[in-house]
Amino acid sequence: MDHIGWLASIKVAEEEKEGFVASFNSVLDYFHQLDELDTEDVEPTYRVVELTNVFREDEVGESMSQEESLSNAPRRENGYFKSPRIV
Amino acid sequence: MLRELKEELAAGASAEEKVSALFSKIKKSKLNAYNNLSEDSAFKRAREFDSAPWSGLLAGVPIAIKSCISTRGIETNCSSRILEGYIPPYDAHVIERLKEEGAIIIGKTNMDEFAMGTSTESSYFGPTRNPWDLDRVPGGSSGGSAAAVAAGEAPCALGSDTGGSIRCPASFCGIVGLKPTYGLVSRYGLVSYANSLEQIGPLTLSVEDAALVMEVIAGHDKRDSTSIKSDVAYLSGLDGGVEGLVCGVPKEYFGEGVDPEVEKAVWDAISKLEVLGASWKEVSLPHTKYALAAYYIIAMSEASSNLARFDGLRYGLRLGADQDWHTTFSEIRAVGFGPEVKRRILLGTYALSAGYYGRYYLKALKVRTLIKQDFERALSTGGAGVLVTPTMPFPAFKIGERIEDPLSLYMADVFTVPINLAGVPAISMPCGFAGGLPIGLQIIGRHFDEKTVFRAAKAFEDATPYHETVPKEVA
Repeated sequence: MDHIGWLASIKVAEEEKEGFVASFNSVLDYFHQLDELDTEDVEPTYRVVELTNVFREDEVGESMSQEESLSNAPRRENGYFKSPRIV
Repeated sequence: MLRELKEELAAGASAEEKVSALFSKIKKSKLNAYNNLSEDSAFKRAREFDSAPWSGLLAGVPIAIKSCISTRGIETNCSSRILEGYIPPYDAHVIERLKEEGAIIIGKTNMDEFAMGTSTESSYFGPTRNPWDLDRVPGGSSGGSAAAVAAGEAPCALGSDTGGSIRCPASFCGIVGLKPTYGLVSRYGLVSYANSLEQIGPLTLSVEDAALVMEVIAGHDKRDSTSIKSDVAYLSGLDGGVEGLVCGVPKEYFGEGVDPEVEKAVWDAISKLEVLGASWKEVSLPHTKYALAAYYIIAMSEASSNLARFDGLRYGLRLGADQDWHTTFSEIRAVGFGPEVKRRILLGTYALSAGYYGRYYLKALKVRTLIKQDFERALSTGGAGVLVTPTMPFPAFKIGERIEDPLSLYMADVFTVPINLAGVPAISMPCGFAGGLPIGLQIIGRHFDEKTVFRAAKAFEDATPYHETVPKEVA
């Protein structure tokens, strides 16, 4: 649970763990019914729409202003998004 | 109905008075259908309309929008603490289209947090109540939109449907809701949950209203790379009837687990369609029992990726003093997301993690192929023009009845998720009542054949009284 929480960037509190583990076990058990299907020769469907690459002309269009882009940022500085320290 | 409303407005009725009446009704309401209202902009636009009326398919018509569809200048929080206060700096494609056709946006409706749910109980802002019985859920995840329309708190609304989130609340609230063919309506500006499954669609009081809203919001948009060009003239041919239409009745959608009153109402509906000139035949969708597992694996996996963007950096919740990157974001996400959203992100992360990808995600995508082929065999090569089923196995359940047991809540989606996996269109419309609660009929069509779905739904509606029954005043 700690590892999955780390991968998902969600801190799982001690008191949440028991409940999550119980529901995960019942949901994963349910998922395992797919094991009874033989899908050896079946292609996966990633998208139902038959589309390959969609191209467009590389033209400059309108874009959002810096002020608008930053308007919802909880922390900003000198026109930048302010992030926590990375290293 | 929207046609009458448009006629009134065209004849000089005041849009400001209409909007004002809606706001006073909403403010007295016990339903909790709305997260936030856009009174200032709605009144301003209504007054502009009254002083110089414009034309358009929805000229002067008020509309409610689900809280996961971006509206410039109007809070769009997806019923989540992590997005509380977020004001989009741009409009979704569907909102641009509504504005171009003259609609007036009155507010944003409650939903399951990030559209993950079947009951609208997982909202950070509390559950929405069903206008037919205040102790019951309105369905979900577009429960606010459905309850608002059913209770007369909006003449029409938009929702989104990833695994039934338009059709389920339409069924539980006794109104019409359409999940369009995947690719028909642009998802630009829709906050993504499971992007390969979801579509925006209308929730309305009649089939004609749904067709009208679809004419406005459907169509190609280059900003959504899965958007497809299509003929969207849904209103023409709406009254064509069902003479000669073959309705497939999938045997897997009846029997164990389905409320007998629901089954009876759906069979009565099939008989009615037969009287109107259609024929029916039994068909089989043999992989139906695997659809729920495949759906939840795919939806959770996509969710774990799509919701990675919520980190409190560019928008949303930020807490306390910043620590290192990973600790800061992990703590924001721990308190910003509710339990069901965390459960789905964590399970999706697990399903995509090293060593499990083939067992869960890839397996589910292969099962998706089998389910899609089931529909192709029944609909196209099988000769059925539409499939007719119950939308939900039972009427609306009580608030609190299922929320503590995730799997029992997931099971409620058994007849809606296969449609999203296959990408076909489906409508839910009222076809009866059980114990005073509405029952939903689901009509499923071929890819991009909304016209036949609408035509069958309209014929049934014209021949039945169910859409005329409204919940008694709940204000």
